[in-house]
Amino acid sequence: MNATPHADLAPESLQVAGDFPILSRPVHGRRLAYLDNGATTQKPEAVIEAEARYYRESNANIHRGVHWLSQHATELYDSARQSVRALLNAAHAEEIVFTRGTTEAINLVAQSWGQANLGAGDEILLTTMEHHSNIVPWQLLCERTGAVLKVVPVNDAGELMLDAFDELLGERTRLFAVTHVSNALGTVNPLPTLIEKAHAVGALVLVDGAQAVAHQTVDVQALGCDFYAFSGHKLYGPTGIGALYARADLLAAMPPWQGGGDMIRTVGFEGSTWADAPQRFEAGTPNIAGAIGLAAAIDYVRGIGLERIAAHERALLAYATEVTGTLPGVRIVGTARHKAGILSFLVDRIHPHDLGTILDTEGVAIRAGHHCAMPLMTRFGIPGTARASLAMYNDTADIDALVTAIHKAQEMFVTRSRPS
Amino acid sequence: MSDIHGNLRELYQEVIFDHNRQPRNFHSMPEADHQADGHNPLCGDQLTVFLRIENGVIEDASFVGHGCAISTASASLMTEAVRGKPVEEVEALFRDFHALLTDVPPGRDFGKLAALAGVREFPARVKCATLAWHTLHNAIAGEHDPARTE
Repeated sequence: MNATPHADLAPESLQVAGDFPILSRPVHGRRLAYLDNGATTQKPEAVIEAEARYYRESNANIHRGVHWLSQHATELYDSARQSVRALLNAAHAEEIVFTRGTTEAINLVAQSWGQANLGAGDEILLTTMEHHSNIVPWQLLCERTGAVLKVVPVNDAGELMLDAFDELLGERTRLFAVTHVSNALGTVNPLPTLIEKAHAVGALVLVDGAQAVAHQTVDVQALGCDFYAFSGHKLYGPTGIGALYARADLLAAMPPWQGGGDMIRTVGFEGSTWADAPQRFEAGTPNIAGAIGLAAAIDYVRGIGLERIAAHERALLAYATEVTGTLPGVRIVGTARHKAGILSFLVDRIHPHDLGTILDTEGVAIRAGHHCAMPLMTRFGIPGTARASLAMYNDTADIDALVTAIHKAQEMFVTRSRPS
Repeated sequence: MSDIHGNLRELYQEVIFDHNRQPRNFHSMPEADHQADGHNPLCGDQLTVFLRIENGVIEDASFVGHGCAISTASASLMTEAVRGKPVEEVEALFRDFHALLTDVPPGRDFGKLAALAGVREFPARVKCATLAWHTLHNAIAGEHDPARTE
């Protein structure tokens, strides 16, 4: 089958796939249709080259060398922090802490701010659609402090239930931790409203931006959030690097969470003093090459234009929803009015893992399973879904390959029992 | 490069589809004297294996649960394969079956279980095919923690 009946919906390609070397690599003899961008994105040549060039030409440890190379590496690292500041439109580069990724950023807030500020009976408000990385750090914090978790439910479309949110917010709510975009369903949450209401009761707001930063413009000042966390590798950057934005006044008052070199001012056996933020939260030699690769990724993405990327992915999601959702036996899970480029679906009589295996043999890379959102799967009464997640380099050919591969799986499983 | 499409046909053989669509011994067993749960949280696969063992022989075996085609068919084929066999023989069969999927295949006749040999070419799916067997092993041993293969 081809998708010509929906050709009117088909968006133009952004023509950027050529910038990503891996995308020209066939998989199982087929053209690769990489639709697992929610897990990680591929890297453009500019990022690969920036990391390699750093090791070839600039490698030295930062913040401690009198020699030229060390100063050069320090400048590159500081400049990378400026790139992240600009990406998020933070007011100051000092509000950006480099971390290993979103998970570490959230753990940092839980262990530093949370440990210092929460006590028994205080409430942390989460949502049913959170990724495990925005659930488990808070559970651990609750075990240590006696704070309690509250959870905003989602409706059948996969949207937050705002009435319940209003009811759950209270004077004991100290923090509302919420994802910007659901990694499992693609729901985009109405952050401005949520943040305003949370602030009205005196709660802080942490936003998990892992699935957002590569797909839309993010402005932490306009949002007014207190913490914003994201991962470089979902933004076409390297693995092992990400960042936490935290408002300057919060960061200034937060105690260290890991001790070591670089985060101190003075060390003595009778006691030590701490460096200012953000160094206070970056103990040890950081992922310098990763930060530089991330800066290259940010340059690349901003060069293409996040508004253009968002528009392309929105159009491609509409196309994918139409051509996939109208296939007999296919049910889309997550039908929020406001969605980013994630299509979670189920195919009658085919378990997501069997589907994933069959799609893979056609060169179509998707994810199958619970997407690290087990409470959300439980909410929908399913063990998992198949998930196609989009990036700027995807086009209708990828979606058409997905549809063809689903057909093949249905032929194998449903139409007849033995593959041809 | 191996032929992935040939491998896929080896993985999803007719007998796998058959046992996935109509699992054998797919019911709970109130009179069971051994039972255990198996759970692969990443996949969501979940099953319970029931056994009736008399004088060291598995007189009856059944299962309930849900999972992918490979795990369901493997559980179904397993219940057929172990019925009427001494426990020691079943444990030896499990070891050989595991080797069939992951290691040097032992030179023995696996009967219908041989249909699962195609899993060898799909390392990510070995855990699906072995979950029922690990659960069976726990049932025999009287383990109370759920079996896991991931």
